[in-house]
Amino acid sequence: MQIPELERKSIEYRKTILSSIAQAGAGHTGGSLSCTDILNVLYNAVMRVDPHNPNWAERDRYIHSKGHSVEALYTVLADKGFFPAEKLATMGRGGSHWVGHPTRKVPGVEQNTGALGHGLSVAVGMAIAAKQDGLTYRVFTLMGDGELTEGSIWEASMSAAFYQLDNLVVIVDRNTLQITGRTENVMALEPLAERFTAFGYAVRTVDGNDVAALVDVFAQTPFAPGKPNLIIARTTKGKGVSFIEDAADWHHHVPTAAELATALAELDQAEQRRQERYATA
Amino acid sequence: MQPLDLGKPNQQIFSDTLLKLAEEDRNLLVVTSDSRGSGRLVAFGKQLPAQVVEVGIAEQNLVGVAAGLAAAGKHVFAVSPACFLTARGLEQIKNDVAYSDQPVRLVGISAGVSYGALGTTHHSLHDLAVLQAINNIDIVIPADNFETRAVVEAAISHPRPLYIRLGKKAMHHLHAPGTEFVIGKALRVRSGDDVAFLATGETVEIAVQAADRLAAQGVGAGVLSIHTLRPFDEAAVLETARRVKAVITVEEHSVHGGLGSRVATLLMQAGVTPALRIVGIPDEYTYTGSQQEIFAHYGMTPAGLAATAEALLAGQRMPV
Repeated sequence: MQIPELERKSIEYRKTILSSIAQAGAGHTGGSLSCTDILNVLYNAVMRVDPHNPNWAERDRYIHSKGHSVEALYTVLADKGFFPAEKLATMGRGGSHWVGHPTRKVPGVEQNTGALGHGLSVAVGMAIAAKQDGLTYRVFTLMGDGELTEGSIWEASMSAAFYQLDNLVVIVDRNTLQITGRTENVMALEPLAERFTAFGYAVRTVDGNDVAALVDVFAQTPFAPGKPNLIIARTTKGKGVSFIEDAADWHHHVPTAAELATALAELDQAEQRRQERYATA
Repeated sequence: MQPLDLGKPNQQIFSDTLLKLAEEDRNLLVVTSDSRGSGRLVAFGKQLPAQVVEVGIAEQNLVGVAAGLAAAGKHVFAVSPACFLTARGLEQIKNDVAYSDQPVRLVGISAGVSYGALGTTHHSLHDLAVLQAINNIDIVIPADNFETRAVVEAAISHPRPLYIRLGKKAMHHLHAPGTEFVIGKALRVRSGDDVAFLATGETVEIAVQAADRLAAQGVGAGVLSIHTLRPFDEAAVLETARRVKAVITVEEHSVHGGLGSRVATLLMQAGVTPALRIVGIPDEYTYTGSQQEIFAHYGMTPAGLAATAEALLAGQRMPV
């Protein structure tokens, strides 16, 4: 998928995410908007998946370790055709499998997540299996930055380096906010790149809300033979809507009808500007 | 009755059986957390090094990596001392294995008070309670070498997450040749219609020895090896409890949340109410000593269990 189309998708996804959260009356708004571009690029420009054959043995695997921003994942999976888009309207409803954190009951979801610090270990196991089986699939996992204080992340990181998992691509959604406030005030993570480097990763930092930059950085993987890949994606929590951006309060705040209308109008304006930009070009 | 013949530690049978299976199945992997020695897997590691995934002393990662390997189609046995595996790794067991329905075989070694005088840090008296409260993980506690070999062989094709709980001391042979082992079906080891011992794991042989003492005194004492806690063989327990005047459950676990609790809730709700005694480790700072000394302190000896049976049959109530 070309960059202009990826940009269009990101705007469309953000509208769907906000509408779904408003309809469900619950959801992780800020985190879903910060990782929208990452999931967009992964599923539309990087990963080898077949929505009609979700258990294809050689598919690339994606583990949504941050768990709570599931609305972004559901939106992308629906768009890819893993399940009908109408299912999004069942989010959070009694009896629906589209619950607030991913489960394998939803087609396209590889692993149940939601408790933080779990996804990386599972991804390491999958990546070891790929190496053992001589298969070329890759394993991607997205972690929130607040999640990185879980000790299990660092256990898993040691094993990723020990088993030389250059088929593992770890992305950190570095939006610098967690539910209490700035990550650096809650429990400092920096110097993050140096810490991951010391644990044996090949590390790159990228603008995680720039689809072109994301496409470029994924194209460079593996960054170094025999080293697991780690991408620090610098993002803005709530990206795309002025009054949601970079606001800890919006971690799981649900937009009111008026807020939703304003947000959708902003995104429509962004789409208008995008079209004008390419028309001019 | 003849004295029971002594076999090997169940953990040795586990590793011997696993090695044989792994030689035939290159997808069979053992995941260890610096636990090859205590899991008697040193020979396995030397003979099939490519089939060992070592994660170091990191039980959370152990379980998560095992789940990922299972998701990718590997036949995974994650082996770690029960005390650490089911406490440090509990959230991973709950979410990555059970909730995610990844068919990992978790093997808790040196379980219960196997580590004896190493103290409470190394005891697992909680594992059956916590795992029974988690949906979608079957629980097997083999009593002897036969049950151990059988459950490991059955584990390969078991369709759900499975926890196998093993101890480290040499065990006596309990079953006649030709006995059939099925996960979820209790095995009758002794028959008798006065009192029934419902025991699990390494306490079954103690119950058998107690039953033989009672039989010599003319008391009919039955013994069921409840090797599977989930799926629980309700039919066998109810059928046995309906025939006797007293039921004694025996387990190397807290008296809360294990076999005894499971039996009591079943019998009460079914309206089957023989005299009942739950024998296990009480809710207190655990007595210190070897496994044998701890068992003796809490009456988990042939003489102690026989005395408990006689007291129950005599209508005595014991403090709860």
